[in-house]
Amino acid sequence: MFELYELIQVVIFFVLLIVVSPFLGSFIANVANGHKNFLSPVLTKIEQIIYKFCRINPAEEMDWKVYTLSLLFFNLFGMIVLVLLQLLQSYLPLNPMNLPNVELTLAINTAISFVTNTNWQSYGGETTLSYFVQMTGLAVQNFLSAASGIAVMFVIARAIKIKKGNGLGNFWIDLVRITLYVLLPLSILLAIVLVSQGVVQTFSSYTEVTTLEGYKQMIPMGPAASQIAIKQLGTNGGGFFNTNSSFPFENPTPFSNFLEMLSIILIPGALVFAFGKIVGSKRQAWMIFGVMLFLFVISFACSAAAEYSHNNIFQTSGIMEGKETRFGILNSVLWSSATTAASNGSINSMHSSLSPVAGMFALLNIQLGEIIFGGVGSGLYGMLLFIFLTVFIVGLMIGRTPEYLGKKIEAYEIKWTIIAVLLPGIVILLFTAIALSVNAGLSSIANKGPHGFSEILYAFSSAAGNNGSAFAGLNTNTFFYNLMISLGILIGRYGVIIPVMAIAGSLVKKNITPVSQGTLHTDSLLFGILLTGVILIVGALTFFPSLAVGPILEHFLMQRGIVF
Amino acid sequence: MREERKLFDKKILAEAAKDSFAKLNPKTLVRNPVIFMVAIGAALASILFSVDLSRGNFSSFNFQIIVWLWFTVFFANFAEAIAEGRGKAQSESLRKQRTSTIARKLVNDHEEKIPAVDLRINDLVVCETGDIIPADGEVVKGIASVDESAITGESAPVIRESGGDRSAITGGTKVISDKIIIRITANPGDTYLDKMISLVENAKRKKTPNEIALSILLSGLSIIFLFVVITLRIFVQYHNSGDASLLNSVSIPILVSLLVCLIPTTIGGLLSAIGISGMDRLLNHNVIAMSGRAVEAAGDIDVLLLDKTGTITLGNRMATEFVPAPGTTEKYLADAAQLASLADETPEGRSIVVLAKEKFGIRGRNIHELNARFIPFSAQSQMSGVDIQAAENSEERIIRKGSIDAIRKYISEESNLHISSNSDFLFTQMIGVDISLAGGTPLIVVENKKVLGVIQLKDVVKGGIKERFAQLRKMGIKTVMITGDNPLTATSIAAEAGVDDFIAEAKPEDKLKKIRDEQANGKMVGMIGDGTNDAPALAQADVGIAMNSGTQAAREAGNMIDLDSNPTKLIEVVEIGKQLLMTRGSLTTFSIANDVAKYFAIIPAITAALYAAGPAKGPLSVLNIMNLSTPQSAILSAVIFNAIIIILLVPLALKGIKYRPEGAEAILKRNILIYGIGGLIVPFAGIKLIDVVITMLGII
Repeated sequence: MFELYELIQVVIFFVLLIVVSPFLGSFIANVANGHKNFLSPVLTKIEQIIYKFCRINPAEEMDWKVYTLSLLFFNLFGMIVLVLLQLLQSYLPLNPMNLPNVELTLAINTAISFVTNTNWQSYGGETTLSYFVQMTGLAVQNFLSAASGIAVMFVIARAIKIKKGNGLGNFWIDLVRITLYVLLPLSILLAIVLVSQGVVQTFSSYTEVTTLEGYKQMIPMGPAASQIAIKQLGTNGGGFFNTNSSFPFENPTPFSNFLEMLSIILIPGALVFAFGKIVGSKRQAWMIFGVMLFLFVISFACSAAAEYSHNNIFQTSGIMEGKETRFGILNSVLWSSATTAASNGSINSMHSSLSPVAGMFALLNIQLGEIIFGGVGSGLYGMLLFIFLTVFIVGLMIGRTPEYLGKKIEAYEIKWTIIAVLLPGIVILLFTAIALSVNAGLSSIANKGPHGFSEILYAFSSAAGNNGSAFAGLNTNTFFYNLMISLGILIGRYGVIIPVMAIAGSLVKKNITPVSQGTLHTDSLLFGILLTGVILIVGALTFFPSLAVGPILEHFLMQRGIVF
Repeated sequence: MREERKLFDKKILAEAAKDSFAKLNPKTLVRNPVIFMVAIGAALASILFSVDLSRGNFSSFNFQIIVWLWFTVFFANFAEAIAEGRGKAQSESLRKQRTSTIARKLVNDHEEKIPAVDLRINDLVVCETGDIIPADGEVVKGIASVDESAITGESAPVIRESGGDRSAITGGTKVISDKIIIRITANPGDTYLDKMISLVENAKRKKTPNEIALSILLSGLSIIFLFVVITLRIFVQYHNSGDASLLNSVSIPILVSLLVCLIPTTIGGLLSAIGISGMDRLLNHNVIAMSGRAVEAAGDIDVLLLDKTGTITLGNRMATEFVPAPGTTEKYLADAAQLASLADETPEGRSIVVLAKEKFGIRGRNIHELNARFIPFSAQSQMSGVDIQAAENSEERIIRKGSIDAIRKYISEESNLHISSNSDFLFTQMIGVDISLAGGTPLIVVENKKVLGVIQLKDVVKGGIKERFAQLRKMGIKTVMITGDNPLTATSIAAEAGVDDFIAEAKPEDKLKKIRDEQANGKMVGMIGDGTNDAPALAQADVGIAMNSGTQAAREAGNMIDLDSNPTKLIEVVEIGKQLLMTRGSLTTFSIANDVAKYFAIIPAITAALYAAGPAKGPLSVLNIMNLSTPQSAILSAVIFNAIIIILLVPLALKGIKYRPEGAEAILKRNILIYGIGGLIVPFAGIKLIDVVITMLGII
């Protein structure tokens, strides 16, 4: 079993999360509202210069269509730039290893993946991409994709707050302010601490060393710390090195591990309180945070129990396969829960080696829609969709037409909510089924039976949930998977963002119904329980059959001593 | 209110069973996406079954599955048909009456007899004693008493006359005296009756906004489950590439069964029945709704505006008390007041005569025997009265009654008496102020310029209204009275009636403004009115209930008409609106919660054979927590449960979930407990029970 100090460390993790989130959230709300904060004296000047240089009119308010189009075009532009950078890599500077140009489908897959905050990686960082592409391409998108997600969350929060309005803010200003006031300062801070722990930050080329056994080994280098900080903070998850945060240069010490783990959930957790402050209801924030935390703790506890449980085949408990001895089992499971609950996708252990049940919870965390903290911004707006569903069903039960925080939830909102909940689910099931039906899909599987099934299911879940982590084992750098996963990522990202923006556009125009005796309070324990119920039932009903013939089947087979 | 009807009438049941088949028409079915999906699945399974049969393979299991799938569709149709049947029965008699009515249409001043259905707007029609009014209209000439019992159930005839506030007349009612000319105001198909009928017929019924939203949700869930089921076949196939016998577990009939069990058929099948029976309940309370939307909105009302006159009060000021001046007995005052009012034909005057008679047995005397000269009320003098010379030589009694101001003027003008020194007058003035404070109107009676006392006139609040307003308060609805009275009078009536707030000295435009203000604050506003000047407010309000006794303009502006003209009817309307939503929400929750148990029945049945080694069951048979006997019986039990639950819930859909005025949290807790938790547990028990029965009968 785990040691006491491990348990204490887990407790500290949760206490810090609960304590820090409200303060950071309050700060982010000020950024969203354009209020002054303690960074204003330093940054306002820079902000003004950026607006002037980019010819942004800070007074311009956008309606939902203009805002959405700005975001879509900006993301499209980012993708094109990123594809070009990869295609022209060998002609660009800072390529000490003379890495060749990237193949087209892989370049497209990587570009889509990083612009959408997914950071699915069909490539190995140190063997595929130059320092230049990593820094100016991937790291930049790590910031901007995170900012895009947070911006959408600002919009839906404003839509709930504003009474009979039209304008939802200005995309360019939100983008600049989020990056400048939130993401950059936090990343700089974290990067410096990570460097102190031994994360590399250098332009020097890879080093060849002779190991103790006398073999020659290539040690990859690069400007990693700066990219890893935002990778963790912005729920991006795309590692600088192939093995992500299990690699010592990316995550050297237990302390760096703790910080990187906390960074995964920090901003998603804080955004809940930012939302609460924007809409003017702290209690609302605590209800949402409570539901997220509850689901997270349950998932973590069940995964840990599964990892520590007795393994029939090895006649032992606590299997270390696929885990780093630096971190141990508990920290590996906490990371795997955090990275799949929040749509981060970075890893410090191999998820394919998790016990089937722990693997199932990682899968389920993603499949529920990345709403247990979830991606920055996307987690909260995804959760709001489930809140709309709950409010609708439960609201009817008290005999009032449903409303959330005074805004009526009607056919239009329900239509878009259903679309946004439906699309990722369909992508996961349908794409998995397609991959299972064609040779191009089946030939990439490393293991047979239910484990192989889980590999594919996990890949498409990760794509549709914009998570980016891989179960490993599946060779996805093929034409088929690069394409299918790219498509899945796009649907999973914009198939949710566009509906959320449409809902925001409709909500902002509505009047706010004042609270009365008959109002359903959405900040109560009862509502929290119901919301949890709706999330679990909708999630379970959609994915139970696939989980049954995947990890659940594997688990029971393993108990009979059958492995794949 | 009519007496509660029986839930199931034999005739309606038979009719509904027949209609259920007619509703199998795909064009009708497609209106209900969930049930349509079941029908497609059933049809697909049936076709495959007949293909198999033609090849000489008969599968008893498939046959039974198909039968129950069709039953599912049939039961849903039946639920809808029965709700329609009950609604139609209600309006059928009225409709019959109207279609057979012959109208006497006026063309160039002479009459033509045409069927009522051929009447158009602005046609003029003559109606005389015994005639049935052929269509909704407005009296343009004449006055008649009309029997509206066919619509209201109220036997007392009402007066309908041209001009003023009582000119509207409803088709289907009967003239019992006199002759009137009516201008038709509605084309056939647009009359209240037609609107009412269309609300209880599904084919014509427009779905309400909330129903549309719920349908979208249900359709969305159905689509998800469609993908779940289709992909499950491929997932299972992946696991046994090559082993054909295992594919039987994901055969089309089984997949259709799983789909039908998962999609929300319970609420999908009952949705329109819930909506129709809501309208039907409304009809049963003698309220005609112009749209289902208004009924739903009624459940959300935060503020209710009521016009005072005619809704809260009886509308006429009545004498309620005699207050004599010092030195005068109450009886003497009453006698004098009665004398002064004998020729006063206003309701106020009559009420004085009646009060004197009730209190002191003073009978109305013959005006002619009295040798009296009556002074009628004039706008100038603001007084009325009588001069009586009982005998030749006796002193003439000059009695006057009027407002304080008028009497002051009358006394001081003709004599040089200083009003300020007239202690009697000062006394009565004090009384008068008291009466005003209490919401009444004082009339002073003087005889030969000597003040006899004061008559208190009061607008009488309708009986039982206070309790009803208290009930509205419990429902979270604020009542606001609107009146043209001065604030003093308004305060007192507001207190007596128990309204939460009032607007005094209100002009018609004030009503509209108040509604707009409340709406700007996000409140849902209900308005009850009857006069033409209420029409704009009725139209602006989210729910506008017009009294049937009101004007045509008011009735057209509102979105509901109360045939009983009872303002507190709103309580029932609100209850029905809330019941509608609650029933929908609860059955949706029930339907979705049911899926958990169905999964645990069907998924192990489908997957139990995976990786089964020889005689040992496959590892996933662990999921068969209900311990159902065989995969076939498990699937069949789930399908049977799914079909039967629709029929079992029909009474609930028709009656609606009981609404009690209490807080949101309490209602929610109860409904979650019954329909959420119950929805999780009941199917486990139900499916297990059916499985036991099936196994006992050995039909699988």
